[in-house]
Amino acid sequence: MASGGGVVASAPQPDSHEFDAAKTRTQGQLVLRRFLRHRLAMVSLGVFVFLILFAFLGPFVWTYDYEDVSSKSYLPMSGEHPLGTTQVGKDMLALLMRGTGYSLQIALIVAALATAIGVTFGALAGYLRGIVDTALMRLVDLLLIIPQIAVAAIVVKGFSGSWYVVALVLAAFAWMQIARITRGETLSLSEREFVEAARACGASTPRIIFKHLVPNMIGSITVNATLAIAAAVLTEAALSFLGLGVQPPDTSLGVIVLENYGQFLNRPWLFWGPFIVLVSLSLAVNFIGDGLRDAFDPRQTKVRA
Amino acid sequence: MIRYIIRRLLISIPILLIGSFACYYLVSKAGNPLADMRFRPGVTEADIKAAEISLGLDKPIPLRYWDWLTDFLTGDWGQSIALGQAKTAVFPAVTDALWTTGRLVIGAELLALTLGVSVGVLAAVRQYSIFDYLATSTAFLMFSMPIFCVAVIVKNYGIQFNNVLESMGLDRWLTTAGPRPGGFSGSFGEVIFKYTGTFLLPTVALMLISFAAYSRFERASMLEILHSDFVRTARAKGISQSRVIFKHAFRNALIPVSTLFSLNFGAVLSGAIITETVFGWSGMGTLLVNSVRQFDPPMLMGWLAVTATLVVLFNLLADVVYGFLDPRIRLG
Repeated sequence: MASGGGVVASAPQPDSHEFDAAKTRTQGQLVLRRFLRHRLAMVSLGVFVFLILFAFLGPFVWTYDYEDVSSKSYLPMSGEHPLGTTQVGKDMLALLMRGTGYSLQIALIVAALATAIGVTFGALAGYLRGIVDTALMRLVDLLLIIPQIAVAAIVVKGFSGSWYVVALVLAAFAWMQIARITRGETLSLSEREFVEAARACGASTPRIIFKHLVPNMIGSITVNATLAIAAAVLTEAALSFLGLGVQPPDTSLGVIVLENYGQFLNRPWLFWGPFIVLVSLSLAVNFIGDGLRDAFDPRQTKVRA
Repeated sequence: MIRYIIRRLLISIPILLIGSFACYYLVSKAGNPLADMRFRPGVTEADIKAAEISLGLDKPIPLRYWDWLTDFLTGDWGQSIALGQAKTAVFPAVTDALWTTGRLVIGAELLALTLGVSVGVLAAVRQYSIFDYLATSTAFLMFSMPIFCVAVIVKNYGIQFNNVLESMGLDRWLTTAGPRPGGFSGSFGEVIFKYTGTFLLPTVALMLISFAAYSRFERASMLEILHSDFVRTARAKGISQSRVIFKHAFRNALIPVSTLFSLNFGAVLSGAIITETVFGWSGMGTLLVNSVRQFDPPMLMGWLAVTATLVVLFNLLADVVYGFLDPRIRLG
């Protein structure tokens, strides 16, 4: 990214031509300021935080437990059960909290792992070039030709349908995009003088990659990590909807939709409840990603920071 | 060009070989196809041993892979070993499923492409207009919608539409649970009527999913071209607005989008898998789901091999088409 130009990561310098007013700000402060002023991103961040609280604090506050099957089957919406109950008599709201929690956990793990693997592989390939580059990029090609959904289904079937297995499999197929982007940026960054200077000082390869290259790419890495969260939410839900992802007793938003979409016409709230959570989750994460992109690289947008 | 295609095909052979071995290994490790056999009455250990030997399960995995590969390349794709099924041959099962999915996908993608390109061009020409904002927010919403939710919603509104038709004393028109068995009969008008009734809902669901990507992509490439030097030159020469847009900009803005379908093949496939499952079509999606549930390794391997090969071919197609349409890109 290197917006503003010539900002060396290890020693952030004041970016004087960005704001003429005498106050000096670091690169990070500038980015934060721009992000905080991005209205849509801030609303989305609010929604995202709300969903996290809903998923992880909600179960402590709400009367019913997601495993509690004591209520009657298919109760309509009421003060007692705001979203009604399911066929086996579980409270839909409690179930939704639990499902959102699992979906969030999976998505965050997938995004974190995919970013870690993608950045490491991409930076190694771009910095070392030659045979390492060829080998790693062929691996990317290889993984891209095998349909993710099929392999994930086979692994889940063969090993277990626990939520963390689903997360690991999805992560194994989600890092390629980030690796490609990181490689491209590393290729151009490693030509720059500060990398040469670091090498001349005798810095080791890991040090150059993680101390000098990665901080300079932090913008695109953050943006792509955010987008990976959104993608993971949808992929997990799709896989679970096919019955090939998270298996009971674990649950997720996809599992909840799968179990209740047959009631679309008779008890629409059982479908629209999880649907709204799922869509607002993925919309919010996408908008946060957009806001981050604008904050890190103001040249891409026409809205002044 | 031909040398480039041949070279690319040669490069993809080792990738496909390694990929198919990885898949074979994974499928072999994922489960024992004979696991259910133990629970059936009257099955002795000797029977299981015999079944293991007949399936080649006593041999090491690389050897089994080699046997599978040589059979596969000579056209013998093996037979389904799922219990409770007649021994279905893999080859016709996979090709039938592919044909079913293909019919669905091609129509939906053509529609999505037409609609997406039109909306994208309009949004770019009228940048920051109400239409642009509307198109952008719709596309963003569709991006964030889970595919299966789109399919479920489309299906259920289809059912409601049928109910309305029925209450008006008409026949139910839209098919919501699988294509009609057999062909369509009757007069020409009736055939068309039944045909659209069968295809309409899944096509619309699939189209909505792809439409967002096409319109965003077309808008971006059209905007880039509209701001380029040669368009400004054309405008400066006094060429009319519509001529600039259609003769100069539009034709160039079509180049990147023409390759999007081929590159997006994987996403299109998984969209089709889910749409089929919701609408009960027996295509590639249903085949995958059933083969995984019943754990049927020969069928899974046939499925994986076919889809991986198709992805490679479509990627190649994308590059070739791009080079063909845009002479600035030299393939070689």
